Amino acid sequence: MNRYPLWKYIIIAASILLGLLYTLPNFFGESPAVQISPLRAGAHTDTALLQRVEQTLKQQNIPYSGTILEATGIKIRFADTDTQIKAKDILSAEIDSNDYIVALNLLPNSPQWMRHISALPMYLGLDLRGGVHFMLQVDMDGALTKSLDRFSADLRSTLREKRIPSAGISRERSKVIIKFRDGQARERAIAEFKKAFEDLDFQPDNSAGEPRLVISIKPEALIGMQNSAVQRNITTLRNRVNELGVAEPIIQQAGADRVIVQLPGVQDTAKAKEILGRTATLEVRMVDEKGDIDAALRGAVPLGTELFTERGSGPILVKKQILLTGDRITDAQPGFDQDNQPAVHLTLDNNGSRIFKQLTRNNVGKRMAILLVEKNLTEVVTAPVIREEIGGGRVQISGKMSSIEARDVALLLRAGALAAPMEIVEERTVGPSLGAENITKGFNSTLYGFLGVAAFIMVYYSSIGVISTIALAINLLFLIGLLSILQATLTLPGMAGMALTVGMAIDANVLINERIRDEIRHGASPQAAIHAGYDRAWDAIIDTNLTTMLAGIGLMVFGSGPVKGFAVVLCLGILTTLFSAVTVSRAMVNLMYGNRKLTHVPIGSIKMLKKSSKKN
Amino acid sequence: MDFFRFENDIPFTRYRLFSFTLSIIITISSVYFLATKGLNLAVDFTGGTVMEISYQQPADLNKTRQVLADIGMPDAIVQNFGTSRDVMIRLPVKEEHAGGDLSETVIAALKADDPSVEMRRIEFVGPQVGDELLENGLLALLFVAMGIVAYLAFRFEWKFGVSCIIANLHDVLTILGCFSFFQWEFDLTVLAAVLAVLGYSVNESVVISDRIRENFRKLRKATTEHVINNAITETMSRTIITHGSTQLVVVSMFLFGGEALHNFALALTIGILFGIYSSIMIASPTLLLLGAKREDLVKIRKPKEEVVP
Repeated sequence: MNRYPLWKYIIIAASILLGLLYTLPNFFGESPAVQISPLRAGAHTDTALLQRVEQTLKQQNIPYSGTILEATGIKIRFADTDTQIKAKDILSAEIDSNDYIVALNLLPNSPQWMRHISALPMYLGLDLRGGVHFMLQVDMDGALTKSLDRFSADLRSTLREKRIPSAGISRERSKVIIKFRDGQARERAIAEFKKAFEDLDFQPDNSAGEPRLVISIKPEALIGMQNSAVQRNITTLRNRVNELGVAEPIIQQAGADRVIVQLPGVQDTAKAKEILGRTATLEVRMVDEKGDIDAALRGAVPLGTELFTERGSGPILVKKQILLTGDRITDAQPGFDQDNQPAVHLTLDNNGSRIFKQLTRNNVGKRMAILLVEKNLTEVVTAPVIREEIGGGRVQISGKMSSIEARDVALLLRAGALAAPMEIVEERTVGPSLGAENITKGFNSTLYGFLGVAAFIMVYYSSIGVISTIALAINLLFLIGLLSILQATLTLPGMAGMALTVGMAIDANVLINERIRDEIRHGASPQAAIHAGYDRAWDAIIDTNLTTMLAGIGLMVFGSGPVKGFAVVLCLGILTTLFSAVTVSRAMVNLMYGNRKLTHVPIGSIKMLKKSSKKN
Repeated sequence: MDFFRFENDIPFTRYRLFSFTLSIIITISSVYFLATKGLNLAVDFTGGTVMEISYQQPADLNKTRQVLADIGMPDAIVQNFGTSRDVMIRLPVKEEHAGGDLSETVIAALKADDPSVEMRRIEFVGPQVGDELLENGLLALLFVAMGIVAYLAFRFEWKFGVSCIIANLHDVLTILGCFSFFQWEFDLTVLAAVLAVLGYSVNESVVISDRIRENFRKLRKATTEHVINNAITETMSRTIITHGSTQLVVVSMFLFGGEALHNFALALTIGILFGIYSSIMIASPTLLLLGAKREDLVKIRKPKEEVVP
């Protein structure tokens, strides 16, 4: 009765083999490497680049132990971190930083053929490898305000174009309000607006004693705007992170309005935060020439204007209306103007070029201000007089700046502006030494826990206990293999989950073994006792594991970050337990005892019940 | 070896007056401590900054405090952490330092004072994130509790689900009570441990319920009380061995897992100990009080075929 069909043994053997195969890469360790990846669509990593890299390293006498050419980049392996850092410095000097990023990385040491069958080591979480984790929150109110400001500018120009008289346009929190002289003008405005602005909702209102129009953004459009704001911010962040030269950064959306940025191996958090948090946008506005600057300096800023300081010059009054923003910039490069002064050359997109052309044509002879908004600080970079119409979308900003400033401004503008302001709401930084310590600690607690349980079970249940222990070891093998196949991120709580799986998985075998002992006590024959033990324990095993699984799912759904890592391991551990504790251990028992005449079950000494006959 | 074997059934349910009294005392004092002392919530929930730094020599905490006071943070909590060279600094949420640039200021000041200082870990959590985590934690607790009741009601009968969850919540409350009384730090990993305990300690009740159902079929003439006591006694050795094994692993985590897993292991230890107690001394008598009887279980499913030896 204790025999498995051949196919069951084959399945079990195959899964153990697979488990071994996919667990193996975790034991090879990692070696220091330098990674060169393309930064722009135009840059390729090809054999030519690889040859250049190899040649450079040979010239400088830097030994390397291998190169990998992939579509996503070139990776060069080194013997130690000193050589790695030296090589990185040399290569970053050699390779154009506008086209490629050169970053430090770690490469698994597992052999090539393993990588071909995607047998890769688990991805280590930041708490195990060191690095920084940021959670950024997108300020949706800020995004809303920004787009409402843009809408009011567009509404105003529509009114002007259609020659509809109005008595003022203003923004009140999440609404734009336009005052009209009479109801008829309002009717005409609504008709015109409805044609041009699909995303807006128009509500006539007479409560203030004059005909007003209350304009708000439609809820569905609002959701779309929020989504696109987050998406655009992610793109911008990706550009900025690239400037940092980090290997394998993670930038992803978390929830409706949050973005997670993980930078493995980054130590200089100050630099990282500065680059991430920089928000530089460009605004083009007109200078208010008639305004009284002296009065403004005393606090009486004329309506519709703002007071700023012009770089290298004095205070300047600028109109509030934004004519063009940095969103329209497709490229920004540092350079020099005709007078050999440092300048930033901008390229505008189609729409931007059109707006800029129209703007310069209509305002010849007037002064235009170019403002740089960075970290909530606004500064007028330059305020030139428009001499002629400028077409073609090529604009040059040459204020009073140094060439270093020009380079920084160009970089910031190129990295793009954020669609909405962002704020760091969570930061977790782990030093590399602590990360390495955490790995050792997590590994040790699993190891010692396993040894303790194994020792006890083997002594207590003798031969069957040895089988239970092997099943437990196979369980751990399956778990690590599964985590590696899924390329799950291993964290310290994940390692705790692994240790806990060891402690909890043995429950299934204890249930079975105790059942077998029970059956023997009640006078069952050895083979029947084994059979009944496995059979009857199954109900209890499935019930206990499913309820624990329920808790695991609860943690997965509602938990975040490290807790989620724990939950994933816990749930996978339950699945492997169900298989290994029942099927694998039974296969071993069947193989060892199934074909034999047993005089007793080798499950340790058992106190027999005196009254056992009464029970049946 | 055969340690935990008992010749006769132990009349667990007979001690219910004692166990109920004890549990009511535990529950009331847990609630009392939670209400008066509250939990010592970590930055995960409250928001704020925690920094772990390490000096080359044993750290002079007063000097560190002075440095922090000089840069306008007299309210920083500075204490040793693990060894005498490791220092933990806690800073409350500061309005003027939104966005987590506080840690930079601190590191710069400490580096200026002693260049050998090494940053080991920084955690900054904004207040809005902390509130959310607490909310999600409570939701998870609710979800898991309801899930367990539903599952047990489906597999056994509603009385089993109810008695089990009463015992379980008792365990959770005990853990929270202990953390409140000793003012141990309650962080995200402890919350994970609490939920894991919720799932784990239900195992006990499930194994016993399973045996009760079987006994109802087998011992046809026995009273409910007898059936329950027999089920507990028969599963006793499994209970002790299983919990012993899990506890062994948890102790290993406590000893070798480092500071990060300390409180996690602590919470699990309390959960495991009280898990045994509550599933035997609370869940089973509650089942009796709720009036569980043979008909509840036996008529639902046809008895499984017995394997005749």
